[in-house]
Amino acid sequence: MNELEHALREAAASLPAEPPADTLQKLADRAAAEGVLDVAYAVVDSPLGPLVVAATPRGLVRVAYAEARSQDEILEAVAARVSPRVLEAPSRLDEPRRELDEYFEGRRTRFELPIDWSSLRGFTQKVLRETARINFGELRTYAEVASGAGSPRAVRAAGNALGANPMPIVVPCHRVVRTGGGIGGYTGGVERKEFLLRLEGVLA
Amino acid sequence: MSQTVAVGRCSGVRLPPFQSLLDAHRADVYRFCVALVGPGEADDLFQETWIAALRAYPRLRRADNMRAWLFRIAQNKAIDAHRARSRRPIPVESVPEPDSVPPVRTAVDSEPELWARVRELPPKQRAAVFCRTVLGMSYTELAMLLESSQDAARRNVHEGLKTLRKEYAR
Repeated sequence: MNELEHALREAAASLPAEPPADTLQKLADRAAAEGVLDVAYAVVDSPLGPLVVAATPRGLVRVAYAEARSQDEILEAVAARVSPRVLEAPSRLDEPRRELDEYFEGRRTRFELPIDWSSLRGFTQKVLRETARINFGELRTYAEVASGAGSPRAVRAAGNALGANPMPIVVPCHRVVRTGGGIGGYTGGVERKEFLLRLEGVLA
Repeated sequence: MSQTVAVGRCSGVRLPPFQSLLDAHRADVYRFCVALVGPGEADDLFQETWIAALRAYPRLRRADNMRAWLFRIAQNKAIDAHRARSRRPIPVESVPEPDSVPPVRTAVDSEPELWARVRELPPKQRAAVFCRTVLGMSYTELAMLLESSQDAARRNVHEGLKTLRKEYAR
């Protein structure tokens, strides 16, 4: 390395190395304004640990327990299912954040935020839409949800669809339990399901 | 939006979430922007680059060499911006007073003189000198960035350094 190249490297070290702090926020806002931000996400605190919350311009597409799965894994799946144009943009998730906060504080029994169902196919979408209709503090069995989705015999398939629910809490798959009275499984672990059912006054 | 979904599904490559590109490459892209247009205009170029990248991203056929891809976008945007500026008529108010001749160099306080000189090189040489000396970029990657052969990439580095060396020696 000669003297000039060394001087260039030295000089480069004194150039600004990072964009100003508000640059990324401005970038996300501009991307949204120009219609090239397909999925905005934020990490939101909750009593059940951090949640990755993601939305398209149409509505919510993902709520994930960030402790149950790595954030990379969660976002890669969103990129594959919805669109790879995914950016962290907390200001675009103010409504889901507010409604989740209110829910966990016991001040909200119903989510009003729009949901984007478009990336969910056939039976899965039917099962999850049916699940979204279960009221706060009420329980259904897997068999009841399968019937409600129009396929009373597809109990196992309904269970699979619920297990793959991309929007837990908001689409309340925790309100679906086994026919015999067993609590059933849960994407975020059974303890989280129990926490939610206690919050809703179903479990003591 | 629905079109985007269809394209994303059919293209065959699994593109990582765009945020991971931004996390991995934003510091390098920013420094490259500073090297290309100087600290004063780097923010605009940085924004333009990432917006253009986001626009093109779902149609991308392969997800390797993302840095070269991003740098190429920045390079093209910098050239576009330069052309647009030189076409624009100079507003009357900015004609300098006879006694206040503007300095030849446009170095900002935070910018070393040497980099102001790098910015006077032709665009390809400017990019080549920065990528090679500061980032230690391989000629394979540099050729991809410049959309040229590796020999041409080498020549751009060499010519750029030669010009600078003359000035530096003065």
